[in-house]
Amino acid sequence: MNLANVRILGGEPVDIRIDGGVIAEIGPGVAASPSAGETVDAQGAIALPGLVDLHTHLREPGREDAETVQTGTQSAARGGYTAVHAMANTSPVADTAGVVEQVWRLGREFAHCDVHPVGAVTVGLEGRQLAELGAMADSAARVRVFSDDGKCVDDAVLMRRALEYVKAFDGVIAQHAQEPRLTSGAQMNEGVVSGRLGLTGWPAVAEEAIIARDCLLAAHVGSRLHVCHVSTAGSVDILRWAKSKGWNVTAEVTPHHLLLTDDLVEESPVGAYNPIYKVNPPLRTRADVEALRAALADGTIDVVATDHAPHPVEDKETEWSAAAMGMVGLETALSVVQEAMVETGLLDWAGVAERMSVAPARIGRLGGHGRPIEVGAPANLTLYDPSVRTKVDPAAFASKSRNTPYEGMTLPGRVVATFLRGRPTVLEGKLV
Amino acid sequence: MKRHLISAGDLAKDDALLILDTAEEMARVSERSIKKLPTLRGRTVVNLFFEDSTRTRISFEAAAKRLSADVINFSAKGSSVSKGESLKDTALTLEAMGADAVVIRHSASGAPHRLANWVRGSVLNAGDGTHEHPTQALLDAFSMRRRLGNLDGRNVTIVGDVLHSRVARSNVLLLHTLGAQVTLVAPPTLLPVSVGTWPCEVSYDLDAVLPKSDVVMMLRVQKERMNAAYFPSEREYSRRYGLDRDRFAKMPDDAIVMHPGPMNRGMEIAAEVADSARSTIVEQVANGVTIRMAVLYLLLGGETA
Repeated sequence: MNLANVRILGGEPVDIRIDGGVIAEIGPGVAASPSAGETVDAQGAIALPGLVDLHTHLREPGREDAETVQTGTQSAARGGYTAVHAMANTSPVADTAGVVEQVWRLGREFAHCDVHPVGAVTVGLEGRQLAELGAMADSAARVRVFSDDGKCVDDAVLMRRALEYVKAFDGVIAQHAQEPRLTSGAQMNEGVVSGRLGLTGWPAVAEEAIIARDCLLAAHVGSRLHVCHVSTAGSVDILRWAKSKGWNVTAEVTPHHLLLTDDLVEESPVGAYNPIYKVNPPLRTRADVEALRAALADGTIDVVATDHAPHPVEDKETEWSAAAMGMVGLETALSVVQEAMVETGLLDWAGVAERMSVAPARIGRLGGHGRPIEVGAPANLTLYDPSVRTKVDPAAFASKSRNTPYEGMTLPGRVVATFLRGRPTVLEGKLV
Repeated sequence: MKRHLISAGDLAKDDALLILDTAEEMARVSERSIKKLPTLRGRTVVNLFFEDSTRTRISFEAAAKRLSADVINFSAKGSSVSKGESLKDTALTLEAMGADAVVIRHSASGAPHRLANWVRGSVLNAGDGTHEHPTQALLDAFSMRRRLGNLDGRNVTIVGDVLHSRVARSNVLLLHTLGAQVTLVAPPTLLPVSVGTWPCEVSYDLDAVLPKSDVVMMLRVQKERMNAAYFPSEREYSRRYGLDRDRFAKMPDDAIVMHPGPMNRGMEIAAEVADSARSTIVEQVANGVTIRMAVLYLLLGGETA
């Protein structure tokens, strides 16, 4: 397989020859050589290292009506991803070697992208007793990222123990930072809009207090901490401070927190109180969005992670307070990042590659992903055409669910092709 | 006027004055021995109540019936709703029955907005969660106007659990539209953190505000707020924010006392204050029917009698 006329990280057009799942040759005219086999003309598309998502909800086992490993990984491939981390809040919870191996095997079977299960930190996500983290680490799934995502490990002692324990196998605790007492019954960002709408507020401090505590704990025990879906300007300040101390703390931001604000709950094309905008953590203010963009640009936030959270229609077509929290995101992530970060001049394509592939692969300890596009590296590649603008059409998603906040919005860019170890999973924007 | 009445903020000043003036005419009907107009004959009004509120429901029912509308009372309790039917399916059922207006009371803020996506008829918000209760604000404004005349420049003080009060939200918006100066008084725990952006003044000191108030509106304090530690005890709340006889004496002689009901006598309001001649509490109930007649009449654009 050869790729002709690709611009690596947006550079000058070159050809790439792939052999045995590995990049064999890079240079002008490589694809035209007589020995070359099948060639894909990329027509000047940008080549990025295959995207890696640190935060995906595949819903299987348990909520196959919302998503399955098959549809979720198809969705990932269409979004340009070659690896996803499948969150543990399934039913049963991914808190044993058995469940993580099942999810990992399903990913291998369908082979649209690599599936790396995230293990639960505590049994049943209940925040009482550590799950068998070592067994999950030693399983075929080789789990390195552990998270009770959806719930916060709010018990300080349990969090300390988890941070310490995973050091034995180079694991990381990915914390969903949400102080539960401060967010009891919370419905949306606590601020001007929640006050007017009479929806129970979700204060920024509920996130920031946990992040501050966890940074201090991680420093104290010398462990790796990863902070999921950072959503406030205050969180950014705390992370910047923790990093300035040299502490081993990383953080992610979702595409939607880089683009959308809580005003949409009051006024949007789809009407007030539309739960399509209901998400955890909630959409925040314009000032928060600006702070998150700046933090992603300067490296305070390391990673863009989708928090792809599929839900069936009936879980969103309800009153606000009855609706499920979450948005699908795999198939729009790169476009949203282009809109929020590239079009604004905050990141170049090398920066996008770092934050959507290299850094998440490093945090998840995935050796085969997030490598520079160079001879000898596994051919995990995403070809992306940033020059087009299209209207988001949820009916075209590979995901089983349609709960996107971007329906009808015009966003830039399109994933042209995705290659997993040299094999195309997407060509001309369509699943192979 | 808009097709729905969901927020008091939907009403421009002209709309609000039109409703109040129409209500004056409706009040004259209510004084007749035969209290019925043929205006909405053949129109169907559904009272869709997901929350128990007999007072509000019968007020809307009386208003619709006095305008000769057909009234269907749909109570969520004991209906398919309690068996898990969604708001959307309930809405589609009502739509199929040909409801011209749906009066909705719901414990979820924003439920009337959602309903309006699924029905063609007018949606009237009869109280949604901790969001709004616009007809309550209209009847309050109507009651004030009857006692005090024009509300422009009048000082209205609203006291109590503003954070959870749909009555307070609607009153602040409507009274601001009508040119009144609103002051909210509450313990800081019972005010939204963003209250500084609202078109009103805020004070923690009831005694300081009373002497310059033309209207003092006391809000009901829900028992469950006490358990959630919004304030230390009922007695402390009552001492600091209750309208007792001594405080009542600090009000100007012609100032009035209001309460949307139901009252906790002895908690936010002393019995003798509630029962005084300057209390409008009973009038508010009567005015509720009148104002709801005016709203139904204007929203459904009934042919002139």
